[in-house]
Amino acid sequence: MKKYDKLISNALGRQVPTVVNGTEMVPYQGVGKYVPEGRRYAPKLSSCARFPDDGNKLVPGLKEALVKAGLKDGMTISTHHHFRNGDLIAVEIFKIAKDLGVKGLVWFPSASFPCHAPLIDYMEDGTIHHMEGSMNGPLGKYTSEGKMKGLGVLRSHGGRYQAVQDGEVQIDIAVIAAPTADEFGNAHGVDGPAACGLLGFALADSQYAEKVIVATDNLVPFPCIPWQIQGNYVDYVVEMEKVGDPEKIVSGTTQITKSPDRQLIAEMTAKFCDQAGIIREGWSFQAGAGGTSLSVGLYFADIMRKKKIKARFVRGGSNKYLVDMLEEGLTDYILDGQTFDLDGVRSMRENRGHVNTSPFTSYNYHGKGNFAQFVDVVVLGATEVDVNFNANVATHSDGYLLHGLGGWQNCLFSKTVILPIPLFRDRIPVIRDEVTTICGPGELIDVIVTERGIAINPNRKDLIEKLKGSDLPVKTIEELKDEAERICGKPAKPNLDDEIIAVIKWVDGTVIDAVRKVKS
Amino acid sequence: MGKKATAGNKGDKVRSDCYVSLELADSEGLDIHINSKTGVLYSEKIRALALKVLSHYSIENARIHIEDAGALDFVLAARIEAVIKQLKADDEAFLMPLIEENKTRTARDRYRFSRLYLPGNSPKLMLNAGVHNPDGIILDLEDAVSPDKKEDARYLVRNALRQVNFYGAERMVRINQLPLGIRDLEFIVPHQVNLILVPKCESKEQVEEVNKHIEAIKKTNNLDYDIWLMPIIESALGVVKAYEIASAADNVVAIAVGLEDYTADLGTMRTEEGVESFYARSAVVNAARAAKIQPIDSVFSDVSDMEALKQNVLRSKALGFDGMGCIHPRQIKVIHQNFAPDDKEIEKARKIYLAFMEAEKQGLGVVSLGTKMIDPPVVKRAQKTIDVAVKTGKLDENWMNV
Repeated sequence: MKKYDKLISNALGRQVPTVVNGTEMVPYQGVGKYVPEGRRYAPKLSSCARFPDDGNKLVPGLKEALVKAGLKDGMTISTHHHFRNGDLIAVEIFKIAKDLGVKGLVWFPSASFPCHAPLIDYMEDGTIHHMEGSMNGPLGKYTSEGKMKGLGVLRSHGGRYQAVQDGEVQIDIAVIAAPTADEFGNAHGVDGPAACGLLGFALADSQYAEKVIVATDNLVPFPCIPWQIQGNYVDYVVEMEKVGDPEKIVSGTTQITKSPDRQLIAEMTAKFCDQAGIIREGWSFQAGAGGTSLSVGLYFADIMRKKKIKARFVRGGSNKYLVDMLEEGLTDYILDGQTFDLDGVRSMRENRGHVNTSPFTSYNYHGKGNFAQFVDVVVLGATEVDVNFNANVATHSDGYLLHGLGGWQNCLFSKTVILPIPLFRDRIPVIRDEVTTICGPGELIDVIVTERGIAINPNRKDLIEKLKGSDLPVKTIEELKDEAERICGKPAKPNLDDEIIAVIKWVDGTVIDAVRKVKS
Repeated sequence: MGKKATAGNKGDKVRSDCYVSLELADSEGLDIHINSKTGVLYSEKIRALALKVLSHYSIENARIHIEDAGALDFVLAARIEAVIKQLKADDEAFLMPLIEENKTRTARDRYRFSRLYLPGNSPKLMLNAGVHNPDGIILDLEDAVSPDKKEDARYLVRNALRQVNFYGAERMVRINQLPLGIRDLEFIVPHQVNLILVPKCESKEQVEEVNKHIEAIKKTNNLDYDIWLMPIIESALGVVKAYEIASAADNVVAIAVGLEDYTADLGTMRTEEGVESFYARSAVVNAARAAKIQPIDSVFSDVSDMEALKQNVLRSKALGFDGMGCIHPRQIKVIHQNFAPDDKEIEKARKIYLAFMEAEKQGLGVVSLGTKMIDPPVVKRAQKTIDVAVKTGKLDENWMNV
């Protein structure tokens, strides 16, 4: 099987394959243009007659569970990333697969982390054929250098749900690591040694995989409440000594930035939102987990206090700072997709205003609407932005895969999208003639805030109008690009091969860009 | 291979800087190694610059290694020049182009509420200093640079004066204590420095000494611009001589007080309330006012406590100071906001100024507000208050029409 085939130029003029790992793909057609027909994919019918009458689905170990689930060559195995860099399950699964002599598996995580670097060995020995998910750190390097046997496929959180729901990805076995579960398979993330808040990223897996295994290190008697994952979808339950490393589950990325430059950018972003009239009674926002985004949240809170107003809801990734806002009454709700620290976990356990959400409710293209669309403003990051506001989050300027897409693409559908970014990082300008990889089309990206000026997308005449006469340094994106190049010099192009090593999917399942191999 | 010279900084935390090592050879040409964090994006540009600097000094045989962490050209050039000068006696400078923005001069009595200290050997902090809008930036060659890095820092500060856009901040340099500081002047006077801080100043002779060298360098280089001085008073003797120093020369536009050294000299500890330095601060304010120049307060060193900084600024303003130093960009805003007049002061100034305008319009020689006569100095002060309020964003520029 060829990794990819049949290149075509998509609506953004990017050369993308229409066959990926043997599967037909649709090239990107434009925002909201692709409306697929047909029915949702469904796993085979199950019957409760085939399951134990007493609901006890415990099997002695993960290996037994995988064998019972029928693990065999070429299957697609999914895991979730709520344990972030503290995940112990994914590596364990493929170690077992190797011991069993199983080959050519596809790993389908909701995201990957540096702790998954050992999986490179299983890619090398053929246990894993390829992965479809985020490729960061060592896995990103491995993929970028063209060493993975199959083509990498990067999807957003919503895109992953879409691909599962329309059957583009058919999960054979889902392994759901759960901080707390009962023997029937009900599971949640709010308690237990590996408490991670919620399990929303595993929801689609539980509903659409042929076989579902729940693995926990905190088994409780039925009923396990709340049942964020419902045991009625679950085939086997495994009790393990340890499913995750608690210290690494609470990610270190949720520190407020101490950099005065980034604080300045955060302050300018909040001020922009205020002057644009976005911050008003009953508004809503979502800020990512990066240090600058967190800092923006604090400035938002200050402005709300001064104006004596509150938000109706805030979308998480939750952390201490959002929880403080909720508890102070600055927002009615946190609609949370993942909790980043123990304050988030506690709040989700205790506060009815802290609500468990999933990519289905928040991001899914096949939903009848989704939450991301009605957020007033979202604050996101990017590695590069071009003069047409197209942005890149997946690759570094030297071409290496660096980040997953997360919910980034999905969030672009909010009413106003702001990217607060430094004008250059380590000499490398962020605003370019052309981005290395297009992850999001410029028509959805409204504002770039840098320490040296703010560029508003010319499509957003309303914002341009509102900011007339502002004391904020509003400039054109070309002016910002020129300023960066004047300071840094114009960078050379990355040294890339023609060979494609991964594709970037758009939220609707079409292929928006292809990632090229980095020449060593 | 001969002696090896090194310059710059390296390590995990170093960014926007580079570490250069050089060995001169007799044959075999140039061997240039570049290991850049920017990967392929700037490696060729770095190589081209290295070749240009080496050829400027006619170096044809050498081994040079550049460990780059995203340094801009002005940093790379400074580091390469620094290693060359360690191995080869040459007075010639390798000068980067002077950017348009750095040809500006500053007025004698411009506002100097905040001046941000930047360590003279740390390029990273220089790059974005201007975007935080301090009234002045200080490229510090003195206490912020360790003795073995003084020469490295001189090249870097010189290049920064020519190349880094500080977005309208007054370009200041703190030279080393005399006599070491005299050499610093060569690196800054010809490169559009606006103001020089003279540390640990204790006599008018020291000011005159600095001026003598400045004048000589200006003459050699055919320069006709003014360079202002801000002597820093940091000792008991300095406080006693404050007026003598403040009035030592026409280009002394401000005197600052440096309290860390001063309290050490007194044999006491610096406190937040500053009781121990009350006399020194008052003496400096009084001397400056007597000499009709600006009195500038010391830095406040707890960068995490903004409330304490605010109280410090309010005390400073109440004592009569016109500004203070800062060591972290986040202090700038607090300093500006609190040196600025408060709402009551602005309201009063507005009324006085409007009354003055009204009197002018009616051709009256005397200004009155209600039943009170207003003296000319009061009008002048009101005008200044309004200027400051506008500058700090507390009053709209078109306040008269609003």
